[in-house]
Amino acid sequence: MKKALLVLQDGLVFEGEAFGADGEVIGEVVFNTSMTGYQEILTDPSYKGQIVTMTYTEMGNYGINQEDIESAGGPKVEGFVVKEYIPYYSNWRAVGSLSDYLKRHGIVGISGIDTRALTRHIRNYGAQMGIISTVETDPEKLYEKIKDHPGIGGVDLVKYVTTKEEFKWSETVWTWSGKKKDSTKITADDQKQYHVIVYDFGVKFSILRNLASAGFDITVVPASTPAEEVLERNPDGILFSNGPGDPEAVVYGIENARKLIGRKPIFGICLGHQILGLALGGRTYKLKFGHHGGNHPVMDLKTGRVEITSQNHNYCVDVKGLGDKVRLTHRNLYDGTEEGMEHVELPLFSVQHHPEAGPGPNDARGIFMRFRELIHKCN
Amino acid sequence: MPKREDIKKILLIGSGPIIIGQACEFDYSGTQACKALRELGYQVILVNSNPATIMTDPEMADVTYIEPLTAEVLEMIIQKQKPDALLPTMGGQTALNLAVELAEAGVLERYGVELIGASLKAIKKAEDRDLFKEAMERIGLEVPRSVAVSSMEEGLKAIEYVQFPAILRPAFTLGGTGGAVAYNMEEYRELLEKALKLSPVSQVLVEESVLGWKEYELEVMRDCNDNVVIICSIENFDPMGVHTGDSITVAPAQTLTDKEYQRMRDAAIAVIREIGVDTGGSNIQFALNPEDGRMVVIEMNPRVSRSSALASKATGFPIAKIAAKLAVGLSLDEIPNDITRETPASFEPTIDYVVTKIPRFAFEKFPEADPTLTTQMKSVGEVMSIGRTFKESLQKALRSLEIDSYGFEERTEEEELIREKLKTPNAERLWYIAQAIRVGMTIEEIHELTWIDPWFLNNIKEIVEFEEKIKSEFNPDKPDESLLRKAKSWGFSDHRIAELTGTSEDRVRQIRKSLGMRAVYKMVDTCAAEFEAYTPYLYSTYESPIYRIGSQRDANMVECESGPTDRKKIVILGSGPNRIGQGIEFDYCCVHAVFALRELGYETIMVNCNPETVSTDYDTADRLYFEPLTIEDVMNIVELEKPEGVIVQFGGQTPLKLAVPLERQGVRILGTPPDAIDRAEDRKRFKELLHKLGLKQPESGTAMSTDEAIKVAKQIGYPVMVRPSYVLGGRAMEIVYDEDSLVDYMLRAVKASPEHPVLIDKYLVNATEVDVDAVSDGETVVIGGVMEHIEEAGIHSGDSACSIPPYSLKPEVVEEIKRQARALARELGVVGLMNVQFAVKQEEEDFEVYILEVNPRASRTIPYVSKAVGVPLAKVAAKVMVGKKLRELGLTEDPSINHVAVKEAVFPFDKFPGVDTILGPEMKSTGEVMGIDLDFGIAYSKAEASAKNQIPMKGKVFISVRDEDKPAVVEIARTFLQYGLEIVATRGTARFLKEHGLKVEETNKLKEGRPNVVDLIKNKEINFIINTIENARARKDSFYIRHSALQYRVPYTTTISGARAVARALKGLKTSSLTIKSLQEYHNN
Repeated sequence: MKKALLVLQDGLVFEGEAFGADGEVIGEVVFNTSMTGYQEILTDPSYKGQIVTMTYTEMGNYGINQEDIESAGGPKVEGFVVKEYIPYYSNWRAVGSLSDYLKRHGIVGISGIDTRALTRHIRNYGAQMGIISTVETDPEKLYEKIKDHPGIGGVDLVKYVTTKEEFKWSETVWTWSGKKKDSTKITADDQKQYHVIVYDFGVKFSILRNLASAGFDITVVPASTPAEEVLERNPDGILFSNGPGDPEAVVYGIENARKLIGRKPIFGICLGHQILGLALGGRTYKLKFGHHGGNHPVMDLKTGRVEITSQNHNYCVDVKGLGDKVRLTHRNLYDGTEEGMEHVELPLFSVQHHPEAGPGPNDARGIFMRFRELIHKCN
Repeated sequence: MPKREDIKKILLIGSGPIIIGQACEFDYSGTQACKALRELGYQVILVNSNPATIMTDPEMADVTYIEPLTAEVLEMIIQKQKPDALLPTMGGQTALNLAVELAEAGVLERYGVELIGASLKAIKKAEDRDLFKEAMERIGLEVPRSVAVSSMEEGLKAIEYVQFPAILRPAFTLGGTGGAVAYNMEEYRELLEKALKLSPVSQVLVEESVLGWKEYELEVMRDCNDNVVIICSIENFDPMGVHTGDSITVAPAQTLTDKEYQRMRDAAIAVIREIGVDTGGSNIQFALNPEDGRMVVIEMNPRVSRSSALASKATGFPIAKIAAKLAVGLSLDEIPNDITRETPASFEPTIDYVVTKIPRFAFEKFPEADPTLTTQMKSVGEVMSIGRTFKESLQKALRSLEIDSYGFEERTEEEELIREKLKTPNAERLWYIAQAIRVGMTIEEIHELTWIDPWFLNNIKEIVEFEEKIKSEFNPDKPDESLLRKAKSWGFSDHRIAELTGTSEDRVRQIRKSLGMRAVYKMVDTCAAEFEAYTPYLYSTYESPIYRIGSQRDANMVECESGPTDRKKIVILGSGPNRIGQGIEFDYCCVHAVFALRELGYETIMVNCNPETVSTDYDTADRLYFEPLTIEDVMNIVELEKPEGVIVQFGGQTPLKLAVPLERQGVRILGTPPDAIDRAEDRKRFKELLHKLGLKQPESGTAMSTDEAIKVAKQIGYPVMVRPSYVLGGRAMEIVYDEDSLVDYMLRAVKASPEHPVLIDKYLVNATEVDVDAVSDGETVVIGGVMEHIEEAGIHSGDSACSIPPYSLKPEVVEEIKRQARALARELGVVGLMNVQFAVKQEEEDFEVYILEVNPRASRTIPYVSKAVGVPLAKVAAKVMVGKKLRELGLTEDPSINHVAVKEAVFPFDKFPGVDTILGPEMKSTGEVMGIDLDFGIAYSKAEASAKNQIPMKGKVFISVRDEDKPAVVEIARTFLQYGLEIVATRGTARFLKEHGLKVEETNKLKEGRPNVVDLIKNKEINFIINTIENARARKDSFYIRHSALQYRVPYTTTISGARAVARALKGLKTSSLTIKSLQEYHNN
């Protein structure tokens, strides 16, 4: 096995073995606590700029398949850190190994790391920049390369992951039953196909699949599409998608949001939620090490029900700071952070977590129907 | 929602004796429930017939009843205590079934008792296969094709639809009892008949076989606000076809993509909602077709279970405790997560390690039993281990089993045999998989034979290949650090590495230390380190070093989270997996040691690997190391923690075996010095000891060969008791009456244990066996209890019923026994507990006391004695072991009681068809119950009722006894007749009884024509059976009687002393009425 090194900005060195592509990458080191779903995590565009550490220890178990992807064109993470890489995968849908997949897409992976120690370090000292290399064996040299790195705060990462061209989407959520793929459609009473335009800040396919299942006609547009162009198309609703990095850096997104708020029913997810918060005149702040996993309890304050949610964010909206304009709708029961809001007058709501799952629990999926109802009310 | 204020008093039902399918896990759950409910201010009324439980400690509940778990007794308790609610989900199937019985009989309604946790409707929907299947279809989930049948005709019709191979599952049985697979019509008819009989409601599910499919379990919890969370996913290593209790299981699920896992999760949530378990935990099993991912629901348990105990230990999420709180109206988000303190229980644990459970079997105790693993559970215990990877976790689990395995030891090279061992699921399959890889079989071949997922097989393959690498590349003189580190991180024991490299375990340890390679400890924290954890629940691993730029790379720089304190502390070694001869009793003692030492201000550190127990609850000791109990793993902890001492005398043989090796490493063993243990165990030294004290033991000798044995036996005189040396729990011990039998035994025994000689003891015919448990501080010796056995000497003490106080011994005999016990304790320098087994020959005025065995440690009977006399002996002993004097503890007098407490053993014969129920020197019971009353007869009848061996109150008693028992049986038969029962006997016995003027109906033996005794049994004409036998031939000839008794659930006894006790019980029951009384009432006045 080829040696690899992971060096953190504060000078901590982890030795491991390379199991992905050869090379050297820099990114913000975060950890994800999901026990399943590495393929979805790898292909989630929100991880652009980040090196993801999996806290679960066995990775590669079920290989790679053709369906469980959250974006086109392979992984979006900068690097992948695991405790043990398992080369012999076993699953009836698998078409290849995780290692081959990473190699094919040029993603550096490092295994044999005490990922728990790394996670505890991140938890105690915060997410920070790190470098993985399979080519440089001198940790000092690697350290030199990142010790003064400014980090990914303030950087617009959306531009790397947003679609270049607009496109239509029709695939729904599916489940496997025997050998065939069953699409699940949520049957709406009105049977009407509403048209939604999705601002792609790095949208996950699961969001699009859920929209399709909820009966939407979907057009995905590039992140920088001017608001006017969107309004010209006269959609029934607009979705601000998830995406990577610092929301404040997505200036054009905030601008467009400002112009669209109040004009059309709007739903925001994750980065979309943050952009909406900023557009409403609020502020966002960075969490110490973010939320990345599939087990965070979020209370839907309207129903008092607890939903176990998929999470992947480093920033939060200061919803209270928005004053009377919005109502808090969701709260994270782990750390009390604000997870969702709705405007008191305008047709707008958004959530910080990932109701589309992929990976993670489907508890919060019902919110896509809430979007439909909002549009229905406005029509 | 806040907790309910409209209920104040809650009745909790325990699971009764330890049996296959229901073990310590329900003591763990019941104890947690007691604690949780009382913390919330509720009054808890507890009922359990098992005295060896922590939950029946008088401090655990407000009112504690050790009474039979029958509807009749429960109603009496309800009537007296008037509880507001009954929580039926903590005591396994036993409690659930009782709750159903009480509800259906209208008892709950009559006394206004509300079922909380699971409603009657939910229980029935989950347990009745038809209702369950309908429910699943309603929510769009598939179940295997199946039909519930109540008769042979229905069954024959059903099979046309279901098709072969078909699984038969009787409804409402324990641990899947009676489940079987039929491959053809003939087998099907036979199995169906049996299954119909086994089901208390005569209902059997005939089901499409999903043999070979992947098997999963999810542990689900739901609160009154309909919030549902999954606590743990478990993937079975053994595919469908092997009972999940007998399967090796792994957490979390390993080979599911997130999509498949979420689909299963969604299904589980839908199931718990549809079944309508309003609050609490459930276990839901799924099968997945490995070819195409088709998923079917197998079953659901609407209660805490063995799996939920495992899931609790595997994740750090205490399911039973939370379930109890949910049952009284709290919601998940209102309950804090103990481990992280700041986050709520409304979340799903995520783990950053792999957990492996391996069942422990006891086939060596039942050589006649079929060792094939099927859908009927056969294991008696289990171990769990935690490692960062599956390989590490698996190898740690192997050495946790305590079957003298320290890794994947080699097996036969014969490929045919290997194939056979792979194809038929058996307890040793794991090692044969490794062997198959060793001899060159491919993963595909092995998979085809076993249907075990290639992911697991490949992991084993990596281990086996690495063994080769260690063998060829590891040089103890020039050790390669990275090779050794990898081996250790994959869970290789020092012992196995030594074996592979031809060196000693000690040497490997030294090498490891010289390289700075130490085990580090990681925390089980429910959250994969996302939040800080406050509960030191730890497991060992070998991780990779981390270092800082600018500092030297150092093998020592591995992160360890154990953070030992500088408090004065004591390590308590647990008892490992449950097995026959070493079960819950020892866990009870260990837990008491923890409680006692904590009271004295010590930090308590528990080491154990049994997930079922109270001792491995992170709430019990201050620090918990979930680790194998081997010298390597224990030393790692001791070196890190540096305790004042280690307690080895409470966990049975497991820690005791470590006493000398630990002492050799300079570890201080608390209490009785290991040398005293040796003095009691070494035959020669023991003889000298007795000689010095002027005490007697039965004549004995040793033999290295058959010829020698014949000579020794002749000298001593038959009958003799023979056994291989240093074998415990009465294993391979037999009583032989003549030379032929002796020769036969020698051929078998010598094969069983070649390096050790065979021990031959005089067997004392018709002697009364007596057990004594004492506690000593080195000066004062207090006799906790003198137990007179019901069954005569020669029957393993663990299998005999016994009584405190003695029911037939004269006071002077008891005094003499006490005197001898005291002398032994003093001479051995016992500090702590000691158990002595005596045999008393009483003849007219004379008596002779013989010493059979001395064990200077906690015995199996400690919890029973403690509950009987109201003194927590284990607790007292633990305090004594750290220097307290009995005087200081206020215990100087032998406790005496006005009531009678009878212990009875419970046997797993119904799980092992073909095994004879005759008792002997080899222990076979899995658990025990206690009956307590002012009258011996009634106390005995309560014990029998608890052991499901009801005293007959009317109807016919069948008697067939050997000649020498015939005179004794006359009085017994007379008593039966006197109280209105009738006697049926085989010719010889009948003639004898008639000669003594008794009215007897004669019946045929099996070969004597029809109708015979078996017909009578089948027609349910017999209410009790007394059957004793002379020798091996008679045993074989009369086997069918006992087999039928077992099959048709007719209570029976195989000893004349047992029959005598039954007669006394009958007299007691006929002359006075059954009453109940709590432990607190017995002991507080």
